[in-house]
Amino acid sequence: MTAAAEATTEITNVTATGTPLLHVENLRVSFGDTEVVKGISFTTRVGRCLAIVGESGSGKSVTARTLVGLTGPNSHVRADRIDLAGIDLTRRSERSWRAIRGREIGFILQDALVSLDQLRLVGTEIIEPLKLHRWGTRTSRRERAVELLGSVGVPEPEVKVRQRPYELSGGLRQRALIASAIALDPKLLVADEPTTALDVTIQAQVLDLLAESKARGRSIILISHDLSVVARLADEVIVMRGGEVLEHGPADQVLHEPRHEYTQALLDAIPSEHTRGTRLAPTAAAPGVPGEKIIAPRARKAIDRGLPLLEARHISKVFRGPDKVDRTVVDDVSFELFAGETLGIVGESGSGKTTSARIALSLLEPTSGEVLLRGQPWSALSPGRRRPLRKQIGVIYQDPLSSFDPRWPVGRILTDALRTGNRPPSSNAQARARAIRLLEQVGLGEEHLASAPLRLSGGQRQRVSIARALAPEPEVIVCDEPVSALDVSIQAQVLDLLTDLQDELGVSYLFISHDLGVIHHMSDRILVMKDGRVVESGSADEVFERPRDPYTQRLLTALPRLAQV
Amino acid sequence: MTAVSFQRPSALALSKKFRVRPGTVVSSLIVLVLLVAVIAPSVLTHRGPNAIDLEHTLLPPSLSHPFGTDDAGRDLYTRVVYGARESLGIGLGATGLAMGIAILLGFAGGLAGGFVDMVIARILEVAFAFPVLLLALLLIAIYGPSVTTEIVAVGIGSAPGYARMVRGQVLAVKNAEYISAAGALGHSRLAVIRRHLFPNAMRPLVAVITLGVGQSIVWASGLAFLGLGVAPPSPEWGALLDSGRMYITTSWWLEVMPGLVIVLVALSVTTLGRTLQHRLEGAAR
Repeated sequence: MTAAAEATTEITNVTATGTPLLHVENLRVSFGDTEVVKGISFTTRVGRCLAIVGESGSGKSVTARTLVGLTGPNSHVRADRIDLAGIDLTRRSERSWRAIRGREIGFILQDALVSLDQLRLVGTEIIEPLKLHRWGTRTSRRERAVELLGSVGVPEPEVKVRQRPYELSGGLRQRALIASAIALDPKLLVADEPTTALDVTIQAQVLDLLAESKARGRSIILISHDLSVVARLADEVIVMRGGEVLEHGPADQVLHEPRHEYTQALLDAIPSEHTRGTRLAPTAAAPGVPGEKIIAPRARKAIDRGLPLLEARHISKVFRGPDKVDRTVVDDVSFELFAGETLGIVGESGSGKTTSARIALSLLEPTSGEVLLRGQPWSALSPGRRRPLRKQIGVIYQDPLSSFDPRWPVGRILTDALRTGNRPPSSNAQARARAIRLLEQVGLGEEHLASAPLRLSGGQRQRVSIARALAPEPEVIVCDEPVSALDVSIQAQVLDLLTDLQDELGVSYLFISHDLGVIHHMSDRILVMKDGRVVESGSADEVFERPRDPYTQRLLTALPRLAQV
Repeated sequence: MTAVSFQRPSALALSKKFRVRPGTVVSSLIVLVLLVAVIAPSVLTHRGPNAIDLEHTLLPPSLSHPFGTDDAGRDLYTRVVYGARESLGIGLGATGLAMGIAILLGFAGGLAGGFVDMVIARILEVAFAFPVLLLALLLIAIYGPSVTTEIVAVGIGSAPGYARMVRGQVLAVKNAEYISAAGALGHSRLAVIRRHLFPNAMRPLVAVITLGVGQSIVWASGLAFLGLGVAPPSPEWGALLDSGRMYITTSWWLEVMPGLVIVLVALSVTTLGRTLQHRLEGAAR
């Protein structure tokens, strides 16, 4: 291809909704000898959204990156055809890619925190593509930046353009990134997990924004692991696994009458109000069929409503910021957790749910108020008096890997936890035997004793983390976003495991999550938190079916759902 | 579409992971010889370090005197071998002292935070700004030249750099989730520091320590060359350099040979340190 031909990149003739815009035929991408995308073909159309769905390692993100020529070094891309309205995208030089990126294809990355240069002004980042493509003058570009930020729903855009990315919240950053991607109004938007890091209300806004672009005749390729997000936007869905396309069809058909069992399993694995009390995943570790009842209906669940195991009485936490201004992160929160019960705390980022959990664990002292354990003082104790009681309350973190000492293998992590428990093992052999039993309880085995957590998969790590929490035989386990870092099918397995363990051991969970579906699936009672306060509490069904607080109502409307068949 | 590049077949990548590089082998051999020189110098030479032979002064390197002889007819090779103990002693001693000070200050600052941390940080900044040479001069003026003085001078001089690294590590590890997880399991603060914080904070510094040994030897030699080191007739390497300075125009080997040994040893120790660093970092995340 000659330089002159490469230079003609303006697309003019494609306008009518439904007209094909991008053709990809038999796309193959490999890194070294490993092929990660194994021959996929698709067509995107004007005013339509194509979703590529899959779990980690499915090749969906690599596919997206191929379309903007960002597969990185060491990659080898082959395709019979990649054609954007007449422009051949195969064999382009890095230089000629720059004419395409931003102008014809906008790329929205998942993590705005790392995708935006922390040291540059938000406005500078947004007008970067304008400048690269020589759009307008300095002043007009600056005005355009404000306009763009405003158009993606950022409040006070004229202030925000002069701030730096780290001064903005996650949602605002993501919207700034979108503003930058749509700055030149490209025909095709490639969005790689655009809402994964976002709270549900922000997610809804971002999805609305994308829907609006679609209505204006833009074509969107949406990469996501979240089928309910996909359901909201997509016209056509591709399901990928291991670099191959398993299913490809209209969104309605794929999401409601999937032909492939993997798609069905993905759909089954989504926790929601409909999955309460049922198994989410078919696994060898916990045999069963999705949808099968695994626990007795809630009425029969053994909850002892006598003395609460854990009780928070009007706890508040005030932090003093670097600007010497006090911020109330937790404001007058009270709750009771009974034996055998799961209490869900749901809220968006900054709602104070994790701080509440840390106070419940007494890793943080409340500014006022008190936490009681079995009716006895807990948060009010001195650290030394508290220490022997810690075995009664375990914790599971969102990111298990960072909660393990990187030098320790699984076996040592577990035996260490066993030694802090009520029945410390008397010998090394006994400790080992009990560690193996713990591993078996969470669906792992003896072979994992010597493994370094780093070498385990995300799901296995979280299982080890659960085993560690169980080791001292606690009555309460605080689960802080235990499944948010996991793929939906792994999430399903871990949620099933937690339910099984509760059934078997009668342990209580204080279950923290931002995911309303997960909370509804797991919890007996729910607290909804916003800005440090509990805005609503009640049984799971009460809160989800008859929300009284306007915020809860807003959360529930914002929640993307799959229409039930 | 993008550049077609099969850059590295996996077989090669594998062999790279397990391959022992020649540099590492040579470095290990040199360090091995060095250790023999420290423990049993008479194995490597039959002469004595201070055996004067006035009939054979200032001989260039030859088969019988591989490094040549000095102005008193002493075999330079033998002196280098016997000087290894003091030189390495200075290297290890100075690094040890520096790390000791660094751990103390770094952990105190990193753990205490607030006012204590600020005071320590300011002290370190002042120490940074203070020239090590001046410090060495001061110490030698007060205590006279000796191995101990040299160790103290080099040790104190390089401590602030290490202290800042230690403090940074402590701050990074202190807020790691596994520290809070260990606390949540009911371990005491001291146990958490001993079992998790200290080893994890120090792990990346192990390699830095080995690098420091080579560096300290060079430092000490530099001081000795300026006449601030161990007094003659000690065969300490820096002292050899110092005493050869007078004959530098006529007898090049008096400077070149010990200098070469210092460079080789420093390089070897550094190479081994880097290898160790790669291994350790490969094993961690």
